[in-house]
Amino acid sequence: MQKAKAIELEIAVVDGVELNGTWNRMFEPRVISEYDLSVLEEITNIPGAESLGYCYQCGKCTAVCPVDSVGDYSPRKIFRRTQLGISLLDSPDLWLCTTCRNCLRVCPKEVNMIDIMPAVREQAVLEGKAPAELLTAFENTARYGNPIGESARKRADWTKTAGVPVPVMSQKKAPVDVLWFVECYPAYHPRGKEASAALARIFAALGVDFGILGTEEKCAGDSQRMAGERGLFEMLAEHNIKMLSKYRFNEIVVTDPHAYNAFLHEYPKLGGEWPVRHYTQFLAEKLAGVNFVKGIKKRITFHDPCYLGRHNGEYEAPRSLLRALPDVELVEMGHCKQTSYCCGGGGGGMWLDGFTRDYASERLSERRVKEAVEYGAEILAVSCPYEVPRFEDAVKSTGHDGQIQVMDIAELMAYCMGLNEGLAIS
Amino acid sequence: MRVAVLLKAVPDLVEELVLDEESGSLQYDEMSYVPSEWDDQALEEALILKEESGAQVTAIAVSTGDVDTMLFTALAKGADHVVKITGDFDASMSNWQQARVLSDYVREQDFDMVLSGVQAIDDVDGQIPGLVAGFLNWPHASVVTEVRMGGDSKVLLRQEYSGGLVAEIEVESPVVIGVQAARKPPRYASVAKVRQVAKSVAIEEVSAGAPAGPAFADIQFVRPVAAGRAEMIEGDVDAVADRIVQILADHNLLRRA
Ligand code: SF4
Ligand code: SF4
Repeated sequence: MQKAKAIELEIAVVDGVELNGTWNRMFEPRVISEYDLSVLEEITNIPGAESLGYCYQCGKCTAVCPVDSVGDYSPRKIFRRTQLGISLLDSPDLWLCTTCRNCLRVCPKEVNMIDIMPAVREQAVLEGKAPAELLTAFENTARYGNPIGESARKRADWTKTAGVPVPVMSQKKAPVDVLWFVECYPAYHPRGKEASAALARIFAALGVDFGILGTEEKCAGDSQRMAGERGLFEMLAEHNIKMLSKYRFNEIVVTDPHAYNAFLHEYPKLGGEWPVRHYTQFLAEKLAGVNFVKGIKKRITFHDPCYLGRHNGEYEAPRSLLRALPDVELVEMGHCKQTSYCCGGGGGGMWLDGFTRDYASERLSERRVKEAVEYGAEILAVSCPYEVPRFEDAVKSTGHDGQIQVMDIAELMAYCMGLNEGLAIS
Repeated sequence: MRVAVLLKAVPDLVEELVLDEESGSLQYDEMSYVPSEWDDQALEEALILKEESGAQVTAIAVSTGDVDTMLFTALAKGADHVVKITGDFDASMSNWQQARVLSDYVREQDFDMVLSGVQAIDDVDGQIPGLVAGFLNWPHASVVTEVRMGGDSKVLLRQEYSGGLVAEIEVESPVVIGVQAARKPPRYASVAKVRQVAKSVAIEEVSAGAPAGPAFADIQFVRPVAAGRAEMIEGDVDAVADRIVQILADHNLLRRA
């Protein structure tokens, strides 16, 4: 290693003050160590991934990254490994980030995983390096318009169980106030369908003039975009924009925070610009007109979805709905609002549980359920369709069955409005 | 070495088959179609062969409906050339007819090898590769799980037998091969790539006449009739256990001490 060379001037004048000898001593910059940075440059040359190179190893992100709390992971570690020559393109690290955005909140250098991940993943998908289970979700989405691989023709079948009419735009042939963009898990997953039915009944009770796209709707595609399939996202967006453009409505209300994110930030870039609200925002504004007939005497805690909270700054609307429910005691977990934990489903995580298992001591959803139990919650309330299935699985796998229930805010609200007799609150 | 891969679209079983119960006929126009998964395996094995030994891969499909996306996907995955055989065809076209049309095309070309899925959901006895081989009068190997180039126009194959036995076979090309599985799972073609290919590369269209030959006089489709249903055993652990013991006893499956 080269020795540091001191520079001393006989007299140096700094801001009018004379400094002599040792008082003005400085050292010449020296090379501490030399790395072959070609691997790092290969990554930071990918458009979108430039900011990985800004990292100065402060470690703030490691303290907040949910994946690090169950494994060995954070932007700091990703930078360091890449700097040492382990290409992110070949590393399992590439698929573990849930794009929860917690690191970006604290990073002084704005190392932006929300841009880095989709960019590098896209490259990996092109090079045939993506995990097989993720590719299955992509193929399903391309073929059926949903990642689960369910029949595209049955996308509106859930409406039969709603108990109220759910108008489909192609049949209604009249403008509506609210175009409800339902999304995939709310249309197909058994628990998602229950929440959708509850929301439909709330809309009906509040006299909302609404319609859905039904089988003309396809996945909004935002998580596929974050998981590295930008082309698929664009194809879906073009389709949805084309379908939405056929109809007249005043605003879009979405069930899914990921769709909310897409409609807010990505669809406008592709020519699809409409006012959009998450269903909790829409209902929060209507609270004054809601007639609650029943209470829930339970301790409820709320899990902020990453794409409603940190990504888009909405923390209040879901809480105002929960606070309005009679008899409810709302408790906050340690990780809440800006510092909320992540369910593990974002950024493609929803379709990577098999893959992540090898790199994590437990699922993020299991961590979160344990936290909710620690705070004495009897109900874990959620407002993102990924979460009911994820957390319900986690309740069982962590042995908390019977101790805590997972419910969508729409289900709880419908219950208190006397519209959800089937909901078993134990 | 020129390799032809025969692709076909089959009814999508995720969507329901549309059956007119009265006439016993499938409503082909009302169903949706997907690439046959075994053909995907055949294409993958051909692409591995291309990577290993520089084979030229041509994917061929008969236009029984919309086969363009399937062919563009083959290009995006790495096929060198795609051919669509057009004519007065539709989704009700039989495997025999498709094999006839495909073999007429292959005969005119200079292929050394034809790969196709060993079967398809509308063809569980391996009709296409066998019929094509028969029409061309070429040797045929079925249920193949690996294709490699040998020396002097020889082809090395692995073939699966029941009981976990595997045969290694050497054949002289030209040969028709029914592929059970490729050595690796079929690769993924990103949507962006498929769309870019669709914009920049043209599908070669070759027209063909109606295939002469035997046709089915009549086919009747009927829904399977459920003979008996599974019994869901309910109750607590003891009740379930008692019921299982009872069922085993009823069927004389319990050995008593
Ligand atoms: S917070 Fe930012 S700068 Fe600090 S280690 Fe993490 S990525 Fe690097
Ligand atoms: S976005 Fe979330 S999961 Fe990804 S690196 Fe940052 S903190 Fe970790």
